[in-house]
Amino acid sequence: MPLVAGVLGLLAGAVLMAATGNNPFQGYAYLFRGGLMNIERIGNSLATATPLIFTGLSVAFAFKTGLFNIGAAGQMLIGGMCATAVGLTFMWPKPLLLTVMIIAAIIGGAAWGIVPGLLKAKFNVHEVVATIMMNWIAYWTVYYVVPAYFKGTYLETESRRIPYAASLKVSWLTDMFNGSYINLGFFLAIIAVVVIAFILERTTLGYELKAVGYNRHAAEYAGIRANRNIVLSMMIAGALAGLGGAAFYVGYASNIQIGVLPSQGYDGIAVSLLGTNSPWGVFGAAIFFGLLHSGKGFMNAMTKIPPEIADTIIATIIYFSATSILIERNWDKLRKRMGGAK
Amino acid sequence: MWGIVVQVFPYAIAFTIPLLITALGGLFSERSGIVNIGLEGLMVVGFFTGALVIYRLEAFMPGSAVWIGLLAAFVAGALFSLLHAFASINLNANQVISGTAINMIAGALTVYLARNITGSGNIHIVHGLVRKSVPVLSRIPIIGKLFFTHTYATTWLILAILLISWFVLYKTAFGLRLRACGEHPQAADSAGINVYLMRYIAVMISGAFAGLGGAIILVTYSGEFNGTVGGQGFLALAALIFGQWKPLGILGATLFFGFASTIANVSQVIPALTRIPGILLKTFPYVITLIVLVIFSKTSQAPRASGEPYDKGKR
Repeated sequence: MPLVAGVLGLLAGAVLMAATGNNPFQGYAYLFRGGLMNIERIGNSLATATPLIFTGLSVAFAFKTGLFNIGAAGQMLIGGMCATAVGLTFMWPKPLLLTVMIIAAIIGGAAWGIVPGLLKAKFNVHEVVATIMMNWIAYWTVYYVVPAYFKGTYLETESRRIPYAASLKVSWLTDMFNGSYINLGFFLAIIAVVVIAFILERTTLGYELKAVGYNRHAAEYAGIRANRNIVLSMMIAGALAGLGGAAFYVGYASNIQIGVLPSQGYDGIAVSLLGTNSPWGVFGAAIFFGLLHSGKGFMNAMTKIPPEIADTIIATIIYFSATSILIERNWDKLRKRMGGAK
Repeated sequence: MWGIVVQVFPYAIAFTIPLLITALGGLFSERSGIVNIGLEGLMVVGFFTGALVIYRLEAFMPGSAVWIGLLAAFVAGALFSLLHAFASINLNANQVISGTAINMIAGALTVYLARNITGSGNIHIVHGLVRKSVPVLSRIPIIGKLFFTHTYATTWLILAILLISWFVLYKTAFGLRLRACGEHPQAADSAGINVYLMRYIAVMISGAFAGLGGAIILVTYSGEFNGTVGGQGFLALAALIFGQWKPLGILGATLFFGFASTIANVSQVIPALTRIPGILLKTFPYVITLIVLVIFSKTSQAPRASGEPYDKGKR
């Protein structure tokens, strides 16, 4: 089923390209070449995919407990801000500094996730509204904190550049991929996928989280503390998105901008839906979207197609995932009819 | 203090009006039982459509281009909201996911189209609305200066829509039926109300109002389409909750948010306000919404069936 949504999304993109007077085949050819043409571009695609793996995991993990984490953007922003703050404040050797920065990102993201979790568990406040509010609180927090404490050298709207010691980019990896943006964040993401898959499939915690997701009341009846699991689930989801913030702001980029909610937060919803909420599915979907995003610049340079085509395709995939019931229903009907004809 | 109020007032009202109309739209949708978190995207659609129409027309018909643009935004918002209506009414889709998709499609598609048209992705209009004083009333001491001088015509239009919305929701059979669909659709259905139709109408109203809200941003204080309304759709959603799903409550909430945001924007220029940190004023609407949700968690006025797909078989 996610495959259908993906194909429909790409088709919608083709229709849009054609409707605006462009050749869709040429458009897609350049889009994918832009993401895969050489080792540097492959590295860039992976680097673009890295934050998406984290936000996708974040959304998918909360989904498993029946929670809709629409706040990955805010959690990511706060995680990125915390990592940047540590990176700009301390002059430690790289391994130590990076470790502390990553922990800071986890704590920041988790703190942003735990609030909606607590509100949901204690007061039954809908997590969708709570996470949207937390997104904008994060947006304005960064808007005022960054210029006040970490103002950029030239621009007021961004932080100072982090030094090499505080960047997830490492020279051997950058050199291996011919100067691409790829960084240690990608390996962190793979570790996160493995750990989350393990938690969900092999631990009591994962079992309880999923049980609460399937049926909260039944889970409670079986002696599972639903409220505790809701808080825990949102906390872990927030931590994952916070790590995504580190991967983006101190890995892919080297400073934090104010006045922008990272699009990766909402893209994470698409990643999670396309990856059917499974950790490795999320990994695959994120790589696919990373490819679209990193190829769009090249496509734009070679054709007249605006780069927003990639975002349109991703958004359309979300819409088709939401409406996949119709597709499923008609597919079943069609199959039955074919079966009856035999 | 009075001086500051008079100074800030016109800006605060200009900021409040798009929020108010969008939140009113959200009110219709939620009252009929459909959660619409796509308000942000629908505002962007109106923002874009208004800009495009005015950009194309203002050379030929400088007087009426703005109003045709507003009307076009109204219609475009209603049409775009059909995507959400179809998904959440006919297909029983998750309304939050569908709304999120609306937000993302609107944000990406409008900039895509704008780039095809202008190259830069921004659409600049030359003439917006001009502030005017209301004749006679503006000469009333104090009140006249505050409420009736330098006002936009759209402000009065939206206040009229607010009154009409209140009347329609609470004083007409249509309004009663619409609210019934949001409280107990099965009961409404058994009383002969077409739940699907009512919800379609309500979602289209929310789209039209949000589209109008986006276009009002354009013709009053922005003057240029740039692909985003900066979270005002979400702020409208917060106002809807803070106002506890009631028209007058929404008016109060949006005014409050309008003033808070304006004060935060101008606090650097007005010495008396520099003591209040901007971060507090800007995060205030969102923090207060969370607090309101906690306070009213036991006695929430939220429509009971809001967000649930309508299942005829359920009792």
